[in-house]
Amino acid sequence: MKISRIFKTIFLIDFLGAFMIAIKQIFKSKKTINYPFEKGKISPRFRGEHALRRYPNGEERCIACKLCEAVCPAQAITIESAEREDGSRKTTRYDIDMMKCIYCGLCEESCPVDAIVQGPNFEFSTETREELYYNKEKLLENGDRWENILAANIKADEPYR
Amino acid sequence: MSEYFNILFLETYKILFLLVPVLVSVAMIVWLDRRIWAFVQKRRGPNVVGPFGLFQSLADALKYVFKEIIVPASSNKIIFVLAPIVTMTLALIAWAVIPFSETHVLANINVGILYLFAVSSLGVYGIIMGGWASNSKYPFLGAIRSAAQMVSYEVSIGIIIINVLLCVGSLNLNDIILAQEKIWFIIPLFPMFVIFFISALAETNRPPFDLPEADAELVAGYQTEYSGMMYAMFWLGEYANILLMCAMGSILFLGGWLAPIETFPFNFIPGPIWLIFKILFLFILFALVKTIVPRYRYDQLMKLGWKIFLPLSLFWVVLTSSYLFYFNLLPVI
Repeated sequence: MKISRIFKTIFLIDFLGAFMIAIKQIFKSKKTINYPFEKGKISPRFRGEHALRRYPNGEERCIACKLCEAVCPAQAITIESAEREDGSRKTTRYDIDMMKCIYCGLCEESCPVDAIVQGPNFEFSTETREELYYNKEKLLENGDRWENILAANIKADEPYR
Repeated sequence: MSEYFNILFLETYKILFLLVPVLVSVAMIVWLDRRIWAFVQKRRGPNVVGPFGLFQSLADALKYVFKEIIVPASSNKIIFVLAPIVTMTLALIAWAVIPFSETHVLANINVGILYLFAVSSLGVYGIIMGGWASNSKYPFLGAIRSAAQMVSYEVSIGIIIINVLLCVGSLNLNDIILAQEKIWFIIPLFPMFVIFFISALAETNRPPFDLPEADAELVAGYQTEYSGMMYAMFWLGEYANILLMCAMGSILFLGGWLAPIETFPFNFIPGPIWLIFKILFLFILFALVKTIVPRYRYDQLMKLGWKIFLPLSLFWVVLTSSYLFYFNLLPVI
């Protein structure tokens, strides 16, 4: 062993240095946030909970083209459609199994009318599995609740699409 | 008859007066430990329950109370249940001799330091009992490691205590403190203080010597099979022991309840507060060490204990005694 090494070992020089570093770190700003009370910033492209959007006049956007169902890699989406009295094709059933979903965002990208979108909400844990089988009503309700933010996010992301 | 009841009542009152603050401060110290650990890592640590998260430990304790206590089918049930009780009891009875001021001491016995040393040595029994009675490999290995470690480091702590006793000439803790009125023993015996501090880390199974609980290899060591309140009691005992070691360090080296300088602003603050300050200071050092050092390998731990600390402290005993003898400073008994 070198003399300097022995000196360092005996007088615990490295330990003292580490103490100094530790004490300095205590007074530095924190890198974490108080999560439930303050949340980190999320991008407009954030892929969170799904929502089905409506047109401003209240009409559903979804035209039951089933592109999202086809593209879904986890096969979490199930769609059934029928013709309505006015001749337009609309969904009669639109289910997403949120436990199968891998939040890849392909459904959102494939949608030609921006109907199915993934919103900024990531806090939708439930106490039972059944609550995570989302049906059309739930998705439309999500769309109504988050519409302002969803529209703003789509607009913010528009130049990069 | 009523006379006996009076004495019983008075003693119980005194014991509770000591025990409740100790238990509360154990809870606070756990919070402080986690908080310092978090701060050094630039995290926030527990800060939700109560002001600054001070009541986090109480919330944790409440959670433990409501958890189910699982006793493994293959365990030795009596010893399994007894182990955490032994650990906690031993950690708490040691506080009986800790002097908070010249008069505030529950049992002012004349072999105080010996009692303290004996009780802290007994602490290993709780761990061995827990590890053995679990009848499972990880607790058993953890208990063996812990026993070997605590026994090794107790030897050097014992010899360090001899160093102090040579300068005092009494085993009474109050006498030890009063002998430091002129100068705290940390100054003439500084190397011994460092060794005492490191040995205390090993004695209380704190990082970097937390091999008995090395999570990567031994799950949680002797606590693996424990759950609910029994786990909480182990945990309480462990932190009470850490606090006790800090108290021991401040009594032996930092002058216990003495003020640093006997002048106005300092001696106005009562003795117990000074002792608490000193214990806190030592505990913050304990907590800081936890954040900065990686865990020792087992052979390194044993090498440090037997090949370095033991010879060094023995050498210092010779040095201290010859110095005292040569300059005719040996305490008169």
